[in-house]
Order: sequence, then C-alpha cells, then structure tokens
Amino acid sequence: MSSWPSKWMDLPMAGIINKPGNSLEVKTGTWRALRPVINHEKCTKCLLCWIYCPDNAIIRHEDNSVDINYDYCKGCGICARECPVKAIEMVEEGGGME
Amino acid sequence: MAIKIRRLSDIPREEYIVSGHALCPGCGITPMIRLMLKAIEGPKVVVNATGCLEVCTTLYPHTSWKIPWVHNAFENAAATAAGIEAAVKVLSRKRGWKKYKVIAIGGDGGTYDIGLQALSGALERWHNFMYICYDNEAYMNTGIQRSGGTPMGAATTTSPAGRVIPGKPQPKKDLVAIAAAHRIPYVATINIAYPTDMWNKFAKASDILENEEGPVFMLYLTPCPTGWRMDSSMTIEAARLAVQTRMFPLYEIDHGKLRITVRVAKPKPLEEYLKIQGRFKHLLLPENKELLESLKKWVEDNWRRLERLSQLESLY
Amino acid sequence: MSCEKQVRTGLTGDEAVAYAAFHADVDVIAAYPITPQTVMVERLSEFVHNGELDAEFVPVESEHSALSASVGASLAGARVFTATASQGLALMYEILYIASALRTPIVMGLANRAFSAPINIHCSHDDAYAARDAGWIQFFAETVQEAYDLVIAGFKIAEDKNVLFPLIVNLDAFILSHSIEPLYIYEGKEVVREFLPPREPVNPIDPDNPMTYGPLALQNYYMEIKKQQYEAFKSINPHIKKVLEEYSEFSGRRYDFIKKYHVDDADIIFVILGSAAGTVREAVNRLRKEGVKVGVLSLTLYRPFPANEVREVLRNANTVIVMDRSCSIGSPGAQLYLDVATTLYSLPDRPRLVNIIYGLGGRDMFPDDIKKVLEVIKDPKVTEYWLGVRG
Repeated sequence: MSSWPSKWMDLPMAGIINKPGNSLEVKTGTWRALRPVINHEKCTKCLLCWIYCPDNAIIRHEDNSVDINYDYCKGCGICARECPVKAIEMVEEGGGME
Repeated sequence: MAIKIRRLSDIPREEYIVSGHALCPGCGITPMIRLMLKAIEGPKVVVNATGCLEVCTTLYPHTSWKIPWVHNAFENAAATAAGIEAAVKVLSRKRGWKKYKVIAIGGDGGTYDIGLQALSGALERWHNFMYICYDNEAYMNTGIQRSGGTPMGAATTTSPAGRVIPGKPQPKKDLVAIAAAHRIPYVATINIAYPTDMWNKFAKASDILENEEGPVFMLYLTPCPTGWRMDSSMTIEAARLAVQTRMFPLYEIDHGKLRITVRVAKPKPLEEYLKIQGRFKHLLLPENKELLESLKKWVEDNWRRLERLSQLESLY
Repeated sequence: MSCEKQVRTGLTGDEAVAYAAFHADVDVIAAYPITPQTVMVERLSEFVHNGELDAEFVPVESEHSALSASVGASLAGARVFTATASQGLALMYEILYIASALRTPIVMGLANRAFSAPINIHCSHDDAYAARDAGWIQFFAETVQEAYDLVIAGFKIAEDKNVLFPLIVNLDAFILSHSIEPLYIYEGKEVVREFLPPREPVNPIDPDNPMTYGPLALQNYYMEIKKQQYEAFKSINPHIKKVLEEYSEFSGRRYDFIKKYHVDDADIIFVILGSAAGTVREAVNRLRKEGVKVGVLSLTLYRPFPANEVREVLRNANTVIVMDRSCSIGSPGAQLYLDVATTLYSLPDRPRLVNIIYGLGGRDMFPDDIKKVLEVIKDPKVTEYWLGVRG
C-alpha cells in the first residue's frame, strides 16, 4: 500500500491501476491456519499441485520440481489432497497446540 | 497455431494473473483463469463482469492482472467486450493498430440472469470474442443467493432448505443450449479436474479467435468451498465428482457437432457428489427423497439427451 | 478566415447529427433505436453500409448495451458516437456515471423526449436533466445548424487531453430532430479533419502497456478518486472555451457558453434551454416595442454549469424567470431553476426568481404565452407557474 500515492491529485486518472500484477505486494500467506509441507523424496514432479493452486503459491522450478511460496499460500489444502503420491502434508501454522 | 500439450509439463510457465488476490482459500475460479490465459495465444484483454473474480483481483490500488483488464458493470461484460472488439477491428483497418483477442468473463450471476441479454446480443452479432462463464451455481459474491444456474434442490440464501420448500425447486437453466442456439462456431463445458480436456478446448477457442471465425462460449463449473459449504481442499474433488456422477457432463459443440469429450460409462451414484457439500446435505434426508429422485432423473435425462444429440451429424 | 468548403442544404436535426458524426470520421457507433433519435442511427448505418464512412456500426440489443459497448470501444481508443432519447437514456443510466468516471470521451446525440408514464414521444428535457449529475458535458442545440456544429466541436472538446469527459448534444424531440432547417455542412470528412484530426487516446487498452480499468475502490480510496474526477470536471471550462473559439473561426459561426438577447438593460430576464429560446426572443421583440424591458439568456453550455457567466448577466435584473421543460417532482424548484437559484444566492441583492414549467410532452409554446407569463407574475406571491395547463 505504501508504494501507491495517497492524495487525490497524485492518483492516476480515472481510477486506473497502472502497475500490472502489483497485488504481489499483498502477502496473503498471513491468512493461513495450516501450511503445506512437501516431501521432495516422494514428489514425482507431476505438476498437478502447480496447476490446481488458486493462488499461484506453488513455485515450479526449471526441472519441474516444486516448492511452496509461503508468502502467498492461504493453506487451502488442495495440493495436499490432490497429490497423487501424498507427498504434501498439511501441518498447523506455528507448530499447533503442544 | 495454439499450443498443443501432451503432458502437463508442456504447459507454459508464464503467469498472467498473479498472487495476492483476495479470493477465498480453495477458490475454483483462478485455476481455470491461470490455465486459460496460457492457452489463449497472443495479446489479449479481459473484460470482467462484477462478481467474485472482479472484486477480489482488483481491490484498489492492487491488481492481480498482468494483461489489460476492464470492468464496466454487472450485466454488460458481453456488451463491453463487443464494443472493444468493434474498436479493435476498425482501428486495425483505419489506423493499422495491432489487434488483440477479447475475452469476456462473467459468473453465473452476470451471465445466466442479468447478463443474458447482452450475451445473446453479442453472440447474435457474431463478434470475435470468447465468453467464459465461471459457474459456481449461485450469486456467490453477494452472499450465495440462488441464480438461474443453481441446480435443483440446492440450498442457497434465497432458496434455503426450509421446512416447506427444501432448496431451489427449479432445475438448472441450460446455458450451453442457449449459446448453441446462436449457431456459433464453438461451445463447450470445461472442468478443472480435467485440465488436459480444458486446455484442448481453449486451444480450439484460441484458433477460432485467431482466425476471426466468430464467437466462442465456455461454461466452467466452478466449485466454491464457501458457497457449496465444503472444506477448502475439496475444490478439485468436487469438480471431479460432478463429472463422474454425470451431474456436469463434459462436452463440446464444434461447428454444430456435439461430442461428449469425457465419457462416463459407469457413473458414480449422485450421492457421492451431494454428500460432500453442505448445500445438498438435506437432499439425503428421508423426507426429501422425492426431490433427490427428481434431481437424479434430471441428471440422467440430461445425459441421455446429450448421448442422443451426439449421434446427430450436426445440431445446426 | 473560416472554412470555405461548406455547402448549404436542408436537413432534419437527426440527419444533421448523423452527418456530423460522419464528417467527424467516427470509428465506432453503438446505438439502439428509439423515437425520435432513430434517423440518426439509420443515416449512420447507411453511410457505413455504403462504404462512405469507415466505422464499425454495432446494432446493439438495448440502450444499456449501447453505452456499455461505447465505453468498451472508447477505452480501446476509438472515436465513439452513440445516441438515444428518454427511456433509452434512463435504461443506460448506471453506465452514464461509469463512462464519465472512466474518462471515456464518448459523444452522444440526445433527442430530448419526455419520460414515461404516460408514454410520450415528444419534447421535454427530462432525459437531459437526468444526466446532469453524472459528469457529462452537455450542450443544448437551439437549431439544426447548432446540432451539427456542436457534435463536431463536441468530439474535439471531449477528446481534448485537458478534458477527457463524455459529452451530450441535446436537441429537442421532433421540433429539431424531425424538422428540416437550412444549414451549412462541410463538403466531407476530409474538410473536417483540418479541425478535428483522428483521436489520440490517453491510456487506451494496450497489451504492451497493460492497465486495470474500473477496479473496486473501498472506503479508503473511493472518495479520493471521486474528488479527482470532480475537480477535473470543474477545470475544463477554459478548454471548452478554447475549442469553441477555434470552431467559431473554422466554421464562421459564433459559439459561446451563453447567448444574450437584450439583457443589458432588462428588468426581467428569461432563462431557457433548447429550441424554445427563439420563441421567447420573438416575444421579447414584441414586448420591447411596447416598452417592456425584457431580455433572454439562453444557455448553449449546460454542464459544467456556466455559473460565472450566468451570474454576470442576471445580477442586475429585477426579475429572473427560469423556464424549465421538465419538472422535478417534490423539489423546491425545477432543475434549471435550482441551478440558477444556487448561482445567484451569493449576490448581495438577489433578483426575484420565478419558475415556469412549459412545453412538457411537446406542448407548444407561443410568443403570446410569454405575455401571459408576465401577466401572471404581476402577483408577487407567484413563484411557480405551469404554462398552458388546463385547469
């Protein structure tokens, strides 16, 4: 929010947002109650989690291995449920209640 | 020529809609949008009706869109898209400006009901654009009220599962048939649990748009954990079961030829699909047996109708 | 030295508006027919279908879609024309606000027709007034010539980088829209091009420079965005004036915000919009012969309201009679009356204000009716009078 002008005369005309994709400034990872954890040994690089993630929170590497982008992951759990080899586990944020 | 894929890893990496939007965890809309923007080739603009996608991806001063994106009002995505398409045509002709593809996107709210007129007009006038309806089967953004796309029996906030009337009495409107009634080049249903089928259909659409053959219409079943009352992780599972129970058949009408693109020879019992969603729970109660049977009959009748129609050389 | 390549002809108001959009080399026309605007749309479709005008004619399925498509086309950078009347304007009402807020320089021909119910296809200013809060520049044409000229000038004004607001040219239903009057039109669009080159859009849709148009703005930003639009609209008068000056030179016909007739020494001044101004001037001629010091102020520019100019003219009159061709039900005064009253409020010595409601639904007004008005207002208690109503 801080990168955008605050006063009316400084705003781009007509309510236009002229910085494509600047929602990256909003770290929706703070929404999470559960976080996915990938077991890279099990992962077969099928890329289904990458396709299904509603938040683009799966990072697809050059070699098609994947990692979670915890800045944006909302913890919906789709990736864990859909992984064909159960390589992803949902664990409680902040270690849970011990 | 549109990109063909054999494996999911063939799908290009570049993203045209990015993280940081305010859609619910597990939202069924964005996985389709991500795939669609990769499958439709070349420069493009999205025209978005008011609704979940529009509101949650463009909360000023943030936007998740990396391509040009226009929001006008609720019921006029198709009309706005038609205007842009006309401008693209004439400006290319008169002033040599570059052309780009026009994609209109609306929810079932902005398409089945309030947006139907504009959609029909734009299809009839044969504008070169694609209309995608992301159908989460209720007016989700305003609080889960029933729409013309709500299935029979579903509970919504304006068709609650009450003691006297248990859910929506009327069946789901057949929007695909309405679109096809305009005899447009391509109409199809798509589903996120079948990404290859979805990609192939978008590839066809991309070519039709590139060749300026006429309008394309896609109906995308959009599981909504919030409105369908299920766990946020169930989105893809619900989408899959919708196909496997024949509740949402995957088919296309390609220049008049109807083809079921994912055959469901042995459908799962409809209960498998209904029981995972809070909006259908009441249908599994003994007192609502009749309504459940009506719904099942509707599903089977619909499937058999599609099978019969697929025998015809052309619907047009 | 004004443009010599003009021809004298006879056209109805609708035809003149269509010719103006044609000569302005418009790119996209999106309109839905409604009496009495239909001929605008028909003529334009003829020009397009005959290949005389290279434009996309989009025969939309409703007025709401007409303005929606116009917004889309304008965002894409096209020069856009639309037209409607009465119920059609009412149907596109929500989009009026959006078109202005998105700063789309659409030009609209509005054949001023009464709102239903009862349904009536003749002249009232209901539709023009309905748009007055939406942020559209509004001109009122008094003659067919003015309708033609104001559409052409209108494109240049709307598209001016210091303006960028949509614009309405109002013309009275049937009285102007369907009456043939003599006028000068240019020989063709090549001639008009000297005054009005092709549009150079600001921030058009461009995949090489992607932007988000029409976002959701909540409590933290909506007010600032609105303030910006509001202040921008307030700032455009000098730019409108500048273009009208240029156009006056180009055409050889004078255009200003207002027209003054015998106001300098007038005790009583009529204020009016639209074609009936001519009738009031004729009444003024007759009354002046009898020694009555009356005058007429007619407004060519209605929005932004030319408050300074109006105040200057009216400040020394004893009585100001504001003539409204509409009524604002439940309001302390009709629409133009409210504008004038507010404008004059700051004066230390305010004239007496009377509101005359006239001509609704195409009811004719004659010079003798103006005499009748002066009789009626002899009673100082009269603040409002419906002219010509039986009962």
